[in-house]
Amino acid sequence: MSKPYNMTELMACVAARFLEDRKIVFVGTGLPILAAMLAQRLHAPNMVIFFEAGGLGPEVPALPISVGDSRTFYKALMATSMDYVMSCAQLGYFDYAFLGGAQIDMYGNLNTTVIGEHDNPKVRLPGSGGANDGGSLAWRTIIIMRQDPQKFVEKVDFITTPGYLSGPGAREKAGLPEGSGPYRVITQLGVYDFDEETKRMRLISVHPGVTVEDVMKNTSFELLVADKVETTEEPSPRELEILRGIREAWIVIGKQK
Amino acid sequence: MKVLEEGKGELLAWMDHDEARRWVRENKRRDMVDKTMDLKEAVSKFVHDGCYLAMGGFGHIRISMAAIYEMIRQRKRHIILAGKTAVHDVDILVASGVVDKLEVAYCFGHELRGLSPASRRMVEEGKAKVVSEWSNAGFQWRFKAAAMGLPFIPTRVMLGTDTFRWSSAKVVEDPFSGKPICLLPACYPDVVFMHVHRCDVYGNCQIDGIIIEDYELARAAKRLIVTTEEIIPNEEIRREPWRTVIPYFLVDAVVEIPYGSHPCNMPYMYYFDEEHIAEWLELSRTPEGVDQYFEKYVYSVDSFEEYLEKIGGLKKLNYLKKLEQLRAPLKAPWTEKKKKK
Repeated sequence: MSKPYNMTELMACVAARFLEDRKIVFVGTGLPILAAMLAQRLHAPNMVIFFEAGGLGPEVPALPISVGDSRTFYKALMATSMDYVMSCAQLGYFDYAFLGGAQIDMYGNLNTTVIGEHDNPKVRLPGSGGANDGGSLAWRTIIIMRQDPQKFVEKVDFITTPGYLSGPGAREKAGLPEGSGPYRVITQLGVYDFDEETKRMRLISVHPGVTVEDVMKNTSFELLVADKVETTEEPSPRELEILRGIREAWIVIGKQK
Repeated sequence: MKVLEEGKGELLAWMDHDEARRWVRENKRRDMVDKTMDLKEAVSKFVHDGCYLAMGGFGHIRISMAAIYEMIRQRKRHIILAGKTAVHDVDILVASGVVDKLEVAYCFGHELRGLSPASRRMVEEGKAKVVSEWSNAGFQWRFKAAAMGLPFIPTRVMLGTDTFRWSSAKVVEDPFSGKPICLLPACYPDVVFMHVHRCDVYGNCQIDGIIIEDYELARAAKRLIVTTEEIIPNEEIRREPWRTVIPYFLVDAVVEIPYGSHPCNMPYMYYFDEEHIAEWLELSRTPEGVDQYFEKYVYSVDSFEEYLEKIGGLKKLNYLKKLEQLRAPLKAPWTEKKKKK
């Protein structure tokens, strides 16, 4: 059965719904930016986007190719520096960090550095970028990524960005800010939160047409499942129209046929 | 202070803070002199094989590409790169064989365009070595420590992760709060290239838009070469002194190179040349293609003006200006290639 939207569009729409108005959100390249732009055009017009390279509170006119290109400080409140933005983060001004990832484990630890051994890499990935900074310093981290058994793994090859590390209390013990950490994970199959007590990832919602079994087949660690698993609301025609109307969004979501 | 944990990465570009002061005293001129020179001279004078290099800007934003091409043309070798946030700059520098050792916060990727075929291949084949890992904030705070003349700076990033374990940072018990805190070692690059919107002949520089980490990096640099879109009279600097981001005494050479950031973005002037970058991403899938690209755009070209003709001349440059002003649709041929994969 073909749907009137693709998986990337679904992920962008679902992610946008988690972003609150009147909050500060730090975004990574690609889908996170696009979802934040969508949220601003829907329910969160007063949400302020911070970009790591120094763009603060822009009216992003088109999908930026880089988190530092000129679109990230178009009609901004301030064009400043990475030191300024990251110092604000360390001080507690980031409500949300919105990141992508290549591998994740049950505690939300993320790998974007290397597949295989560090000194003998099977695939060399870009490294932390600003991800470790966002994941360390924001109050809440939202992760958006593709899910399969090689990506949802028992142990990530490299902890680039901290989730809850080895479990309850581990972030604070390492010296990371109290009360911070992963909040939601969004994939093409479902939505996850983190169990308050164990800090382990928990399935809370499956997307239309996806079963809990599908999710399990695509997860290589022991996943918690909420008592009541919701079905994700489909993207509305309005969400899709606005998403597709964002200048150059096609680079991420594909061109309309 | 009790050291709780030490990263195993190689400590590079660090100096004792008194040594740093001595270096400044003996090597940085206090008098305002005309520092203009041509790029060939600047690169041969300040870039030495084996030196530690950092590029200003943000990997493909406000990058001194003209200087990168000149380093390739002069066949510089065994350069160590600060992969602070490195994108097109590192890809080209590693692929051409100029850089073979790196500290990495972000490298081997082209952000929205995907991974970088050439530099990734060099790392995966062991031809370029990653000797430490950092986060973006962590790397630029290393420059801040250097800019302040301090041996290290404390931070709350990188804690608890492999990014820390592969860095040359240390975790200590903070003597005030008693909590673990990460100490980032200062980083003093031997040579830094920065591309700016305008400066005077002495090196007083203005940058439009975000500063990224150039405010700190300019002070951390042992040698700073500024390439500029335009040279302006000193009176213009003095008329609006609050716009000066880099003062003359940090600068060792000034080179005027209009469009010197192509194919990268120069805020308020020109956007990315995505057609050119797509050509590079396609050719760089094979070592032969890499050679072909450098032959076409670097080795067979004698000046940056000649390069600008090769990439499409005035017509292309006008299009990039329109793109920057959001008055033309973006062409990004790499989107097609990405889908085919």
